[in-house]
Amino acid sequence: MSSRRVLLTGLSTYWGGRLAEALEASEEIEAIIGVDSRDPTRALERTEFVRVGAQHSLLRRIVEAAEIDTVIDMRLIVDSGWASPGRAHENNVIGTMNVLAACGGPGSTVRKLVFKSSAHYYGCAQDDPAFFTEDMERPHPPRTSLERDIVEAEAAVADFAEQSPDVSVSILRFANVLGPEVRSSHRALFDLPAVPVVLGFDPRYQFVHEDDVVGALEHVVHADLPGLFNVGADGVLALSEVIDLLGKRMVPALPPWGTGLAAAIVRPLGIELGPEMLAQLRYGRGLDNRLLKATGFAYRYTTRETVLKLAEHMRLAPILRGAGEPYRYEQEVEEFLRRSPHVNRRRARPREGANGRAAPVAGYDDLEAGELGTLLGSLEADDLAALREHERATGARVDVLAAIDAALAGR
Amino acid sequence: MDRGGPSTLDVAPDGAAARDRTDPRVDDRRPAPANGRCSGRATTAAIELREDLRRHLPGVEPERRLSDWGRSERIEGLVDRTLADFLYHHWFRCEVEGIDKVPAGGGALLVANDSGALPPDAAMIAKAIREEHPHPRPLHIMVEHLFAGYPGFSMLLPKLGCVASHPANVQRLLYDEESLVLLFPEGRKGTRKLYRDRYRLRRFGRGEFASSARRADVPIVSVCVVGAEEAAPIFAHIGLLKRFTGRWSFPLTPAFPHLGPLGAAAYLPAKFRIRFLEPVRVDAGGDERAALQTVAEEVRTRIQATLFEMVGERDSVWL
Repeated sequence: MSSRRVLLTGLSTYWGGRLAEALEASEEIEAIIGVDSRDPTRALERTEFVRVGAQHSLLRRIVEAAEIDTVIDMRLIVDSGWASPGRAHENNVIGTMNVLAACGGPGSTVRKLVFKSSAHYYGCAQDDPAFFTEDMERPHPPRTSLERDIVEAEAAVADFAEQSPDVSVSILRFANVLGPEVRSSHRALFDLPAVPVVLGFDPRYQFVHEDDVVGALEHVVHADLPGLFNVGADGVLALSEVIDLLGKRMVPALPPWGTGLAAAIVRPLGIELGPEMLAQLRYGRGLDNRLLKATGFAYRYTTRETVLKLAEHMRLAPILRGAGEPYRYEQEVEEFLRRSPHVNRRRARPREGANGRAAPVAGYDDLEAGELGTLLGSLEADDLAALREHERATGARVDVLAAIDAALAGR
Repeated sequence: MDRGGPSTLDVAPDGAAARDRTDPRVDDRRPAPANGRCSGRATTAAIELREDLRRHLPGVEPERRLSDWGRSERIEGLVDRTLADFLYHHWFRCEVEGIDKVPAGGGALLVANDSGALPPDAAMIAKAIREEHPHPRPLHIMVEHLFAGYPGFSMLLPKLGCVASHPANVQRLLYDEESLVLLFPEGRKGTRKLYRDRYRLRRFGRGEFASSARRADVPIVSVCVVGAEEAAPIFAHIGLLKRFTGRWSFPLTPAFPHLGPLGAAAYLPAKFRIRFLEPVRVDAGGDERAALQTVAEEVRTRIQATLFEMVGERDSVWL
């Protein structure tokens, strides 16, 4: 089934905004409605934003009124550093129940549900397998409130899938997300001048790049893939390796015994070490990501490349600080842009970079200036000319133009 | 249980099969029932997809110094060139027979007798393959997951090629990555064995190793090690200290605990003899559980018989 009318929950999360942006580009999707309890964080063209409470209790009316056929649920809180246990519970458990209630029931138009979950579902324990496959259950019952919530939410989704055979339900369990834009407890840890680790432990870590999070969600929305899927980049690094790639020092400042107490002591210093994070700093976790790859999804970054990208961003951050004005959501402005007959919709919101025109060579816009060399060498003169025109219209990077000119001169 | 000699060793043919079924970790992990929760169609689709997932294993990144299991070529090589080399050639003077029984390609499950407090036998078997085999390959040594909870050990053991002995780990190494895996089927019972019980094999767990080999469709190579029992003998277990420190074993050895924690790794210079036996394939038909149990028992009997033969042949423990 192809999705036409899509409802996104958690629109204001990073991947919510990015996914909405990606879906806007797809022409077969005629309606995109996003809900969240906070303001959206990205400028969106045709996505309708509706503010809802943390419990999402009125969702059913929106689903019915807009004849939604696909619900993408990205509202789960998976980092205990960013919400109190009470709020996380409201959102994760009660919210999931309400989302499911909105999707189900007689006469429901919903045919597809994509649920963004977390690898915290598996927990972190010393007797874990090195790579969790989708069919494994955690060896111990959840110990932290966040893990309990995630397990409960997933169980509710699984029950829903069982009871509604005509809805295609996909659950994606994401490894720790890392990237320039996404805030997380681990990101905060890596931003410290020296990274505290637990003495005597070097846990295995697997990350997934923020672009791949969006990519995986989009892949599952477009392909029909009911079932459970782990999402984590290729490669599992040791924490020492990660810190090394980031160019930081590791400080075994946390004692192996009484780690929780030590975490409580450093909390006033602004170092937030949640219970899930402490378990990960001790035992680590790896996911078997092959099932999703077997469905045709290709990761753009391995775990190592993800960490390197972050390292690059962290080096640039002090230079780029304050360069771009962050997006602020103003309801009236958005209303005007969408509804007013005086707005020329072509010009209201120019897309970044490409001005709406596609590059003459596939994948060109994704390449960095340094990566162009081999591409240019392989192109015919006509393509090069078209590419020069495209570059002049979009980025007009001086060095790139010079490189194209040089390549043209060589023909 | 050890009064009647080898023939009455604790084999537990009675309850083993029954317990196999109740222990969730023994169950075939691939098409596990847990997934049944999330809609029937999903499960079948997932299993069809699982068929050939080996193609989708992550590629090797040459810039990395550690493997996905946390293994470090550098640290392993360092230990290999120094400590393992010294122990292998000079301290234990290892004598190896039948190294050609270890396949040069594909996965294989090596099964050995276990001994001692912090047994050096695993390291010596790995070293033997590296030294004597025409196509040396890294050996993955299965260790108790308890080590993952000990600071220091948790950091060091994976670097040296040790992997927690989870059935899923064994499966991935044997089937997906087609590598060599060394397993001590006696498990914890083997390392807690006292000196007076030396070379008498404990029960081989519940025969999980046979089902691992069958699932991965790899041969089982039995390995017999003589000398390790004398190199690190355990005279007694100090129950009170064990309870007090919360460790899973607190042995009394020639050097431990009175010479400090490092005393546990102080080995006597016994002569090591390692013999690799003919590989066997597990073809379980009919009643699978019973067949696997039979294979496990056969492997155990063979190792036991060879051990007695090897101990009988040697003139001296030390030379």
